[in-house]
Amino acid sequence: MTRSVRRTRRPRRTPTVAAAAVAALLALSACGSADSDAGGGGAAEKLSGTVTVFAAASLKESFTALGERFEQAHPGTRVTFSFGGSDTLAASITGGAPADVFAAASPKTMKTVTDAGGTDGAPATFARNRLEIATLPGNPHHVSALKDLTAPGLKVVLCDRTVPCGSAARTALDAAGVDLTPVSYEEDVKSALNKVVLKEADAAVVYRTDVRAAGDKVEGVDFPESARAVNDYPIALLKDAPNAAAAKAFIALVRSADGRRTLTGAGFVEP
Amino acid sequence: MSGPRGGARTAPLPLLLPAVAGLAFLLLPLIALLVRTPWSTLPDQLTSTEVWQALRLSLLCATSATVLSLVVGVPLAWLLARTDFPGRGLVRALVTLPLVLPPVVGGVALLLAFGRNGVVGQWLDAWFGITIPFTTTGVVLAETFVAMPFLVISVEGTLRAADPRYEEAAATLGASRFTAFRRVTLPLIAPGVAAGAVLAWARALGEFGATITFAGNFPGRTQTMPLAVYLALQNDPAAAIALSLVLLAVSIAVLAGLRDRWMTAS
Amino acid sequence: MTPDRPGPDPRRPDRPGSDPRRPDQPGLDARLVVDRGGFRLDIALTAAPGEVVALLGPNGAGKTTALRALAGLEPLTGGHLRLDGAALDRTPPESRPVGVVFQDYLLFPHLSALDNVAFGPRCRGASKVEARKQAAAWLDRMGLADHADARPRRLSGGQAQRVALARALATRPRLLLLDEPLAALDARTRLEVRAGLRRHLAEFEAVAVLVTHDPLDAMVLADRLVVVEHGRVVQEGTPGDIARHPRTDYIARLVGLNLYRGRADGHTVRLDAGPSITTTEELRGPVFVAFPPGAVTLYGKRPAGASARNLWHCEVAGLETHGDQIRADLTGELPLAADLTTVAAAELGLHPGTPVWATVKATQTHAYPA
Repeated sequence: MTRSVRRTRRPRRTPTVAAAAVAALLALSACGSADSDAGGGGAAEKLSGTVTVFAAASLKESFTALGERFEQAHPGTRVTFSFGGSDTLAASITGGAPADVFAAASPKTMKTVTDAGGTDGAPATFARNRLEIATLPGNPHHVSALKDLTAPGLKVVLCDRTVPCGSAARTALDAAGVDLTPVSYEEDVKSALNKVVLKEADAAVVYRTDVRAAGDKVEGVDFPESARAVNDYPIALLKDAPNAAAAKAFIALVRSADGRRTLTGAGFVEP
Repeated sequence: MSGPRGGARTAPLPLLLPAVAGLAFLLLPLIALLVRTPWSTLPDQLTSTEVWQALRLSLLCATSATVLSLVVGVPLAWLLARTDFPGRGLVRALVTLPLVLPPVVGGVALLLAFGRNGVVGQWLDAWFGITIPFTTTGVVLAETFVAMPFLVISVEGTLRAADPRYEEAAATLGASRFTAFRRVTLPLIAPGVAAGAVLAWARALGEFGATITFAGNFPGRTQTMPLAVYLALQNDPAAAIALSLVLLAVSIAVLAGLRDRWMTAS
Repeated sequence: MTPDRPGPDPRRPDRPGSDPRRPDQPGLDARLVVDRGGFRLDIALTAAPGEVVALLGPNGAGKTTALRALAGLEPLTGGHLRLDGAALDRTPPESRPVGVVFQDYLLFPHLSALDNVAFGPRCRGASKVEARKQAAAWLDRMGLADHADARPRRLSGGQAQRVALARALATRPRLLLLDEPLAALDARTRLEVRAGLRRHLAEFEAVAVLVTHDPLDAMVLADRLVVVEHGRVVQEGTPGDIARHPRTDYIARLVGLNLYRGRADGHTVRLDAGPSITTTEELRGPVFVAFPPGAVTLYGKRPAGASARNLWHCEVAGLETHGDQIRADLTGELPLAADLTTVAAAELGLHPGTPVWATVKATQTHAYPA
C-alpha cells in the first residue's frame, strides 16, 4: 500500500511560498514589460471599469492575488470579489445579482446557473481540488489512510453531504470501503477545517487547498482514494455581465499559465 | 388580541399607518414562505424521521436552555437590579454582549472556553473526561449563551419596575433576603420572568450560528431544526421551506398557548 | 447646642447622657444618627412598653428616615438602638422584633389577606397550618374574618390598613412602627380607622412609634409627641403640653396659635420681632408668648380710649375662610393671625391691603419660659 504522508508544515512550505512569490514577481515584471506588446494586440479593447467576480470561498487566496495582478496589468480596472459558498453565490446570481464572472467549486452548482440561462457560453474547468485528511499538527494519532479515521475515540468531522466537500468525502469513503461515523457533519469545508485548527476534532476530510491555507495549524495527509473524488472548478462569463470585455480578460488570466501557477501554488491541481 | 373595549375609539392615522406598515413588514416574508411552500410534496417531506428527530431535539434543547437560563439568569438579573457593586454598569453591558456578538463568533468563543482545549474545557476533559463540543449538552450551552441575555434583560427591567419596598416589608416580617426573593419578589415579577423565558425560548429555538459552530451537526444528537433547514437549503430549497414551516407552526402554537395561559395571568 | 436653632434647647429629661437608662430596662432607648448626602438625622427617642410615641414633623424632617432606621432598613451612622435592653444596631431587619405598618401598607398583592398576615409567623418558624391559624385569629380580631381570602386589591383602604396592622402585629413585635398610618385614606374612612387604630394601639403591650405630619392623628393616637424638624427633635411632651406651649413656628401653626419669642421683664415681654406684649404671667429672661387667633380683636380705626398696651397697627395680607370664621393674615407692627366672624369681616370691609388695628387682652395671652 502506498503511503504518502505529505507534511505541509512551514519549514517545508517556505520554499514553495518563496517560489510562488518569485514567480508572481517575475510574472508582474513580465506583464509590465510586455504591456505595450499586449496592448498592441488588444488596442481595440482598452479595458476599464470594475469586474465583479463571484467565487467559491476556497479560491479566496489565489483569486485575490490574481485580481491584484489583473489591476496592475490593466490600469484603470478594478476587480471586486464576492467570496462565499458556491450555492449561496449561485442563488444570488440567478436572483439577479450584477456579477461578471462566476467561479464555482463544483460543476453541479455551476449547472444551476447555466440551467437558468445565466452564463454566456459554456463554463470551463480551470482547476481541480483533491481531498486530504487534515490532522492535528504532528499527526499525533498517526493517521495515514481513511480507515485510520475509524479508530475508537478519534473525533472526525466531515462536511455535510449537502455541500460539495461532503459528497466528495462520501464518494472517497465509499471507494475505500470505510464506514465512518463522524462527530459532526459541518456546514462547509472551512468550519470542518476549523474544528481541527481549534483542536476540537482530531481529523477532518477537507480540500488540499484548505489544508495549504491553514499553514502549520494542521497537517495534511494524502490518501489514494482522493483521486476518486476530484472536484472540478468551473468558471464562466455571466450573461448579463456589466463589464464583459474585462470579465473575459480576467477569465483568460485565470486560465493562463500564470493563473495556473498561482492556483497550483495554493494547492489546486491542474485540470 | 383582546377585543375592543367600550366605545372603540379609532387609532390616529400617524400611529395606525406605521403600525400597519410594521405589521406587514413582519408578516410578508412569512406569507411568502407559505405561498412558496410545496404543499403537494409536503407530506413526504414531513414523514422523514430526520425531521422529527430534529424537531424533537430542537424543542428539548430550547426548553433545557430556557430552564438553564432561568436558573442562573433570574439570580443574575436580581443581582444587577437590586445590589450595588463596583463595575455593575460594565457587568450589565457584558451580559448583553451575546446580543450583539455574531452567533458564529459566540460559537467560536464557546469553543475557546469549553472546547476540548478550551480555557475551562481542558480541565473538564482532564479531570472528568467530559467534552462538550459535538454533544447535545453543547447545543444546550450554545443556545443558553445566546438566549439568556434576553431573559436577564427582561427580568432586570421587571425587577427595576417592581417596588423594592415589598422586599423591605418582607424583611420586617422576618424574611431573609432569599426568602423575600422567593416568596415575594419572584411571584411579583412572574409575568416579566415568563415573558423573558418565552423570549429566550424562542431565541434558543431559532439558534443556528453558535450551535453549529460549537456543537457541530449530527442528526439526532446536535442537528436542530435550524441546522437541518440550513443544510437542506444547500441543495433542496423546497425541503428547507417545508422544515421551516414545521418550526414556525410549532413555535407559534407554543407561544400562543403560553401567552394565553401565563402572560395574562396577572 | 446651636444658638440659631428655631427653638431653644428643649428640655429632654430622658436624653441619653443626662439620664442613662439601665441597659436591661424594658422599652425603647435609641439615639438615631443617620448621615445621608447633606442631610443629618440625629434624634434621641425613648419609650416605655405600652407607650405610643408619635414622631410629628413637616415633610422632609427625617421622620420616615428615623422609622426606617428603627426597622433596620436604614443603617445607623452613629448613636445606638436598644430594645428591651438588647442592642439592635447591627441586627438585620429580619431579625429585629419590630413590626412595620407602611404608609401604603405594601400588602403582598399575590397573597390573600390571610396569607399576608400568616407571612410573618411563617418566616419566624411557625408551620403553615399554625401560621394560618394565628393569621385567622388576627384577622378576626380586626373584624376582617370575612375577607381572609380576598386579595389586597379587593380590599377597601380601611380594610387594607387593618390587614397591614394585623400583619405587623402577627409577628408579636416588641416595637411597632407605623408610617403615616392614615395618610392613604379619604377623610371619612380616616375617622373610623383612626378610632379603630387607637383602640388597637391602646391594647398593644409593647412600644409603638408612629410617624405623621397630621397633628390631629398624632394627638388622638399618641401618648407622647416628639416633634422633629430638620432632622432634630425640637420639642417633645404630651399632646396637651405641646398644644399649650408650642416652641416653634411649625408647632404653633399646627396647633393654631400666634407664637413669639422675646425677653420678659415682669409682665412685659419685649419681642424679638419689635413691639412688646403685656402678659399676666410674671417672668424674667427669654420666654415664648402665645395667643389664639380668636383672641384678637380688629378695628378699622384706632379704638378711642383703649390703652396703648397690646395694640398694633397692621395691614391685611390675606383672608381665608376657616371653619365658619374668617382668618385674617396680618402684617405690620406685629405679624399675626386673627379670627373674626363673617359679619365682622364684612362690617370692617376687609380686603388685602386694608389697614387695621389689632388688640389682644393680656389675660388671653400665655407666656412661658423659653
